[in-house]
Amino acid sequence: MKRLLKMLPTLLRVGFSENIAYRAEMLVWVLSTTMPFVMMAMWRSVAEHFPMTGGMGQPLGPLQMTHYFLAVFVVRQVVSAWAAWEMNFEIRHGTLSMRLLKPLSPLFSYAISGLTGLPLRLVVALPVLLIFFLLGGLRAGAELRLLFLLPLALLGGWLIVLFANMAIGSLAVFSGSSIRMMEMWMAAFFVFSGYLFPLDLFPDWLAFVGDILPFRYQLGFPVQLLTLSLDMKEALLLLGKQWLWVMALGALTWVLWRRGLKRFEAFGG
Amino acid sequence: MIDVDELKKHYSVFRREPGLKNSLKALFFRKKTEVKAVDGLSFHIAEGKRVGFLGPNGAGKTTTLKMLSGLLYPSSGKVLVDGHLPYKREARFLKKIILVMGQKQQLLWDLPPLETLELNRAIYEVPMPVFRKRLHALTELLDIGPQLRTPTRQLSLGERMKCELAAGLIHGPKLLFLDEPTIGLDVSMQQTIREFIRSYNEKEGATLILTSHDMDDVEALCPRILVIDKGRLLFDGSVAQLVAQVKPEKRIALRFEGNSLPENLDSYGRVVATGAGEAILQLGLEKVSEVLSQLLARFPVKDLTVENPPLEEVMSELFSKHTLAENEMAEHALAEHALTENERAENEMAERETPKHEVTAKAP
Repeated sequence: MKRLLKMLPTLLRVGFSENIAYRAEMLVWVLSTTMPFVMMAMWRSVAEHFPMTGGMGQPLGPLQMTHYFLAVFVVRQVVSAWAAWEMNFEIRHGTLSMRLLKPLSPLFSYAISGLTGLPLRLVVALPVLLIFFLLGGLRAGAELRLLFLLPLALLGGWLIVLFANMAIGSLAVFSGSSIRMMEMWMAAFFVFSGYLFPLDLFPDWLAFVGDILPFRYQLGFPVQLLTLSLDMKEALLLLGKQWLWVMALGALTWVLWRRGLKRFEAFGG
Repeated sequence: MIDVDELKKHYSVFRREPGLKNSLKALFFRKKTEVKAVDGLSFHIAEGKRVGFLGPNGAGKTTTLKMLSGLLYPSSGKVLVDGHLPYKREARFLKKIILVMGQKQQLLWDLPPLETLELNRAIYEVPMPVFRKRLHALTELLDIGPQLRTPTRQLSLGERMKCELAAGLIHGPKLLFLDEPTIGLDVSMQQTIREFIRSYNEKEGATLILTSHDMDDVEALCPRILVIDKGRLLFDGSVAQLVAQVKPEKRIALRFEGNSLPENLDSYGRVVATGAGEAILQLGLEKVSEVLSQLLARFPVKDLTVENPPLEEVMSELFSKHTLAENEMAEHALAEHALTENERAENEMAERETPKHEVTAKAP
């Protein structure tokens, strides 16, 4: 660990330089994540005509919908990773070999690669966060201590996304490609994470399913913390469940990666 | 340094015929074939040596290098590199080696190569003073000063390969696996790379294993060669030994005074090339001294050199002999099988024709 910490500043610096070199691509990616704004417009309109109730019995009016989707946008920027696509490409083309030859776990370098995009994403996310605060996103009278849990929840959310990417990416060694599987994961994410609609709108049975699956812990849970729509007891329970998912997916990633390496055929060359 | 014993790497490959019908069929029924990429290799390489791996496409050269460098798990057999089991990929082992593949690169595409070197410095934990010293030496030797600060994507293939070598050597590896390091490079760049590799080996005492389709690379760099075909070792020795064993001939390159050639030159040996006042004869090793004295006595020879036939020719001879031997073995096995079948058929017929009481009489 000491060794990794020592090399971390250089890895982050070079990774960040690479991200700046890909700035056009980065900008396109950021634009592709503006779906929450579309959803915000749609759900504001719905909320104007059909009054709804959210978590802790709070009304879900147009303003609350705005708060919610601004928070969704910010959290999504923080908890993003795309290692599955990177791994699929490198496994299919054999370029993973170059990573495997270095005395640094490729899993760690994929994690760093994802992390180095964060500063650029924050450039977009922070102004939106500021708007969120200016529009009164922090509900008066709500438990502000929830915000102390937010960094841990964001880290947990990011690790779930990262490990899911890595686990699915590792499957490419066995099946040749696992991109379709990642797309299935993304489809489930859109439904169960709270990305397209607030989880409070789910009927009870669907909320139960969503509670079991990992997707809400990627995004919906940190959003609920940011919008202060949980009580402390519930938040701690969800945090516990989130980190159970982190550990489970971390273990799964490790097993699949180790087994995958034995099967890796270093195609090409 | 490197000990390999009965090393094997077998793959399962799914095969299917082209066409929609076959694509649909392949969804349910897949034909699996076993490919023996490496099939029982054994050799030993001592520290500081330069060894060339030769063989046709698909012979198993690259697969062997990948197993030696820890990229692939062997199917069976033993491989020990400087006391390490490569497939465990311990950091201590990975810090000692480098695998440079002419068709793959580690340089970051959009950044100048210096950034990759910096990254490697951190990953390989090279102390800053050592890094600066090595960077200076590599920059001088490879003449890559300006290229190190130009984005990789804007470099020519040769410049990229030189920077690739610098990135691979910045941690001072003791063991170099070079897979087609001069592929696609022009003659002068190939020469530069060869000279650099040789000087690195001599200065650092590094062990070097090279695969190349370019026989000039191998001849220039490797006193010892291992010839592999279909995953098996066909030959282990020097180029001279290989020539003596497979094609015991020499080439005499002659330059005569004037532009014309003597008329009966082909009576001294096989004329393999001619030019204005120049010719190359190829003849058996045993005749060389006799023919040389005759040529010098009878013709106005201005200059001559005696050399081995091109390695390409020797290799082609070796592989055709090997294939011929394999075909003969296969035919022999087939004939034996057919014989056994015939014998069985004859026995069965004889049994059928034998009167029942005789059979009964034989029974205990």
